Amino acid sequence: MSPLILPAAPALLSRKAWTAFLVCLLLVGVLAPVLNLVVPAGSALHMSDYAIALVGKIMCYAICALAMDLIWGYTGILSLGHGLFFALGGYVMGMYLMRQIGQDGNYKSDLPDFMVFLDWKELPWHWLLSDSFVATLVLVVLVPAVIAGVFGFFAFRSRIKGVYFSIITQAMTYAALLLFFRNETGFGGNNGFTDFKRILGMPIATPGMRMGLFVITGLTLLGCFLFARWLVTSKYGRVLQAIRDAETRVMFSGYSPLPYKLSIWVISAVMCGVAGALYVPQVGIINPGEMSAANSIEIAVWAAVGGRGTLIGPILGAFLVNGAKSWLTVTAPEFWLYFLGALFIAVTLYLPNGVVGLVAKLKNKKGGAA
Amino acid sequence: MTPDLLKQGAERIAEHAKLRVESTESGGRSAGYGRVVQDAKQVDVTHGRILYLEDVSVSFDGFKAINKLSLDIAPGELRCIIGPNGAGKTTMMDIITGKTRPDEGRVFFGSTIDLLRHNEPEIAQLGIGRKFQKPTVFEQLTVFENLELALKTHKGVKASMFFRLDSVQSGRLAEVLHTIHLADCVGKQAGLLSHGQKQWLEIGMLLIQDPKLLLLDEPVAGMTDHETERTAELFLSLKGKHSLMVVEHDMSFIRTISDIVTVLCDGSVLAQGTLDQVQADERVIEVYLGR
Repeated sequence: MSPLILPAAPALLSRKAWTAFLVCLLLVGVLAPVLNLVVPAGSALHMSDYAIALVGKIMCYAICALAMDLIWGYTGILSLGHGLFFALGGYVMGMYLMRQIGQDGNYKSDLPDFMVFLDWKELPWHWLLSDSFVATLVLVVLVPAVIAGVFGFFAFRSRIKGVYFSIITQAMTYAALLLFFRNETGFGGNNGFTDFKRILGMPIATPGMRMGLFVITGLTLLGCFLFARWLVTSKYGRVLQAIRDAETRVMFSGYSPLPYKLSIWVISAVMCGVAGALYVPQVGIINPGEMSAANSIEIAVWAAVGGRGTLIGPILGAFLVNGAKSWLTVTAPEFWLYFLGALFIAVTLYLPNGVVGLVAKLKNKKGGAA
Repeated sequence: MTPDLLKQGAERIAEHAKLRVESTESGGRSAGYGRVVQDAKQVDVTHGRILYLEDVSVSFDGFKAINKLSLDIAPGELRCIIGPNGAGKTTMMDIITGKTRPDEGRVFFGSTIDLLRHNEPEIAQLGIGRKFQKPTVFEQLTVFENLELALKTHKGVKASMFFRLDSVQSGRLAEVLHTIHLADCVGKQAGLLSHGQKQWLEIGMLLIQDPKLLLLDEPVAGMTDHETERTAELFLSLKGKHSLMVVEHDMSFIRTISDIVTVLCDGSVLAQGTLDQVQADERVIEVYLGR
């Protein structure tokens, strides 16, 4: 038998990718704060507060797109319910921020304003942990995890697949939306939570705090990227892809797909929840609108536009689509939804591998010609 | 006697007993003796049968795909199954591998493992490998990654996350790659392989699981004559070490590899014997071979 060289296990990141990663880290952690806080507002190099707010928001979306890609791009399960997990993380954080208002609300009461308005006398049971920041951080992870876990367990155990799974996730999100809309569930009804004043006792609307949240979001995004990269370069990631391509073969190879699907589903949901929790203090509002069908679909669009099955793709997609959105909703607001729909169809038809796929194709062509 | 010596003695006896069990089909002793099952996951073939189907029936919307089917296979045997389309060949494999639940009947792996109590992944881990009619490999992954996934190891989530190929496993991988003649395509994406190569890869994915029983549904369909020849050689080399059940339509291939051929028709066994015997059988000629 002649010696055979087996391919080595893939590296977490190539040297080039590590360089790019460090550049991003510097951009988010050093350059953006300096350009925003240190460089004076009149200078051409100054990064405006608007830009910081926009990029911060989009980075939250990018985490969602990354999460969507793990479950959709790698495992082949299209979720139309990721808006729910995003909103759940957001609501948990929102509850904490509501409690941080203290007695500075309109009614000068211990309770959040909407509760006073509803003539409630004490805090409902599910608000009991909302005074603690640590508990809030734990719940940001735990709430999406438990809900995704229970839902996923039953859905995957019943071997619900493909479009049926997508429809059920959409229905689940809609049910949650209706639930959160109601005043008596204690989530502020259709107004949701807003008018936040403080976080950790510090005022929330200062440039410093805004920058702090921006940096934390950026670091979380980069961390999520590394974690996702670790997942997909492990054998676990290859099993996920195998489930996507030929689930029966996976079963007949001795793998039970349920724990694999469930684990990546929960991981994905938690990532979305964390993104939601970072999003709320930055935009200053959370309401049931975050659970609308369109939001969940948009997450899928970001991943599709950027390129499913790659990790950089969805992040890129989130930036591209949301960049276009913030531009288009200013210049021609009535066309945004048409544009989004057309984009989704066009990408599905002509760019099955998204922008990243297109770039790779062009590169190949160039390489072939030369 | 010290506990150490006691333990050593017990181990020696166990080792010896194991050798005896493996030495002959019936374990070198009368099958009538009662024994304590050592390991519920180990196949017990002391009764000389690795697979045992009795009175199995299954119907889909009133159509009896399998009708009172009884069939058994000895350890190390290479059994060929032939029969017209719709005879229930694939459905039988579905039942054995847990994909389809029969309405009635018994399906045993060895003497102790009731396959009807297990699901597909469990049955695969017990040691039954299956190749589908249409080659099913992970097209987006490389040949190497395909085999690596199929490798016999812990298959839980955590084990997969922290999995590293060790040298024994690498050796096994290389061995299988040579056996299936794909050593030159280690890094090639499986979707880019030829049809015959995909068949080989799938067979390789079975072999690397180290199964005791292989179910092969039309393994040489779409292969060139040369590839078919190599497949026949491979199967003949597996015979004895593994038990094989091969469903095929290619008569010359069956002639090359078969000992005993079972003819299925309308969901039950029509005839059984050597290829010459069944080919001479009037009923077989009637329903399958044609006059």
